[in-house]
Amino acid sequence: MTSFRPSATWEVLQLRARLLRAVRAFFDTRGFVEVETPVLSADVVVDRHLDPLRTVLPHDPRRPDIGRELWLQTSPEFHMKRLLAAGAGKIYQVARVFRAGERGPRHNPEFTLVEWYEPAVDYAAGMATLSDLADELLGRGPAERISYAGAFARHVGIDPHTATSAMLVQRAKQLGVTAPESLAPDDRDGWLELLLGECVEPHLGVGRPAILYDYPASQAALAQVRSGPPPVAERFELYVEGIELANGYHELLDPAELRQRNRANNRLRASDSKSALPEESRLLEAMDAGLPTATGTALGFDRLVMLAAGARTIDEVLAFPIDRA
Amino acid sequence: MPSYNTSELRKGLKVQIDGDPYLLVECNFVKPGKGQALYKCRLKNLIRGTTLDRTYKSGDSLDAADVEEIEAQFLYRQQDNFVFMDNASYEQYELTKDQLDDAWKYLKEGMICSMVLFNDSPITCAPPNHVNLKVTYCEPAVRGNTATNLTKPATVETGAEFICPAFIEMGDVLRIDTRTGEYIERVKE
Repeated sequence: MTSFRPSATWEVLQLRARLLRAVRAFFDTRGFVEVETPVLSADVVVDRHLDPLRTVLPHDPRRPDIGRELWLQTSPEFHMKRLLAAGAGKIYQVARVFRAGERGPRHNPEFTLVEWYEPAVDYAAGMATLSDLADELLGRGPAERISYAGAFARHVGIDPHTATSAMLVQRAKQLGVTAPESLAPDDRDGWLELLLGECVEPHLGVGRPAILYDYPASQAALAQVRSGPPPVAERFELYVEGIELANGYHELLDPAELRQRNRANNRLRASDSKSALPEESRLLEAMDAGLPTATGTALGFDRLVMLAAGARTIDEVLAFPIDRA
Repeated sequence: MPSYNTSELRKGLKVQIDGDPYLLVECNFVKPGKGQALYKCRLKNLIRGTTLDRTYKSGDSLDAADVEEIEAQFLYRQQDNFVFMDNASYEQYELTKDQLDDAWKYLKEGMICSMVLFNDSPITCAPPNHVNLKVTYCEPAVRGNTATNLTKPATVETGAEFICPAFIEMGDVLRIDTRTGEYIERVKE
């Protein structure tokens, strides 16, 4: 029997511990305060492609499946923004988060996010903090900045902000991209994501880290949209050796806009035969009360350890991935 | 028809596409940015031996291949035809050398193999993971050299040729990994 054993070596687990200390030292010396927020919450991010795990807080221990519905957090975002709205300054957290259905060489349904918020800091400064952190932890130099449009122009030969879905479908065919048959020809974001994953991502951060920024407005998630033309989402992602490592936003402040996005996401979830997620939340209450201008970023800590250890799979950096958990 | 959803996709699964049975030989989960989850798969056509790359998105489903797996005993070879018998029903099945791909190299009379039937016809047959085969011809052993980094070809009783260490002599028995075709060790019989 070897099933009780960890899938990571002891050397890698020690490296993991050193990197965790380095992360905390980075934020502590910059005046961030480490916070802890709940894993279980009545609220959850409403996203078409994020599937949270649901649980129940039983009223009666003899009926464990009847009680208040709670969600395991897919990121500590809601709670950390509620802290910002309540007057917190720079904050960071090392959080365990959960996402259903995500399992592969770079995915485990339970994983560790390092997430931080800087109030009163603009988009460019948010990217600078991310670049500094990556340089400090991986020692591969500061990240170059590449706009989403620039990366698509270089690697796909198309303008992602103006191209029609028909043009994206045709370009994918020309480039020999294997597309799912079920991908609807009018699912513009679906085709952009496919082209990004197949034709752009493998080139990002090779030799030197890269930050991709200014995403299509339709992929804003919880980021602000800067009016155009073309309008773009003030969202950025860090890539190292083709691996997506972090995602950041110049945070959306307008609660009406978030309510609209939640409704739109639930409509898309319904079209994928997925259940609707709660649209109202305490985050919206906080935004109604007033969220300060801020940038926020989440970094996948397990993937960071993968890169530092030269590991090819996430299992090599986790003591016990889901199949051994 | 039974089917699999994307979260059940695993290497080794047999699925049916456009009427043909396929073996899932590779399956990679990817999820770019905040985008949809994709399963990038490589499939091998179990009748033709050709490979096919397909990408599925989460929520898609695949038909399970209408195949049956049986234990079959290898009986004898007649030119390029190989005759097997279903150990349960005593039904006899024939496969050609082409259909067997590399598996013919390992077949000794009486060997129990795992055979896949599609519409009641055999399509593939896999020998055990390790088999012992006697060397019928090779160049004489290099005396005084037992290093395994010196290799040479050797012909075995099935007529197939394998690469083995230089110290092997005619009449020796080789243990071969049938999944890779690689020499493992010399066996004393």
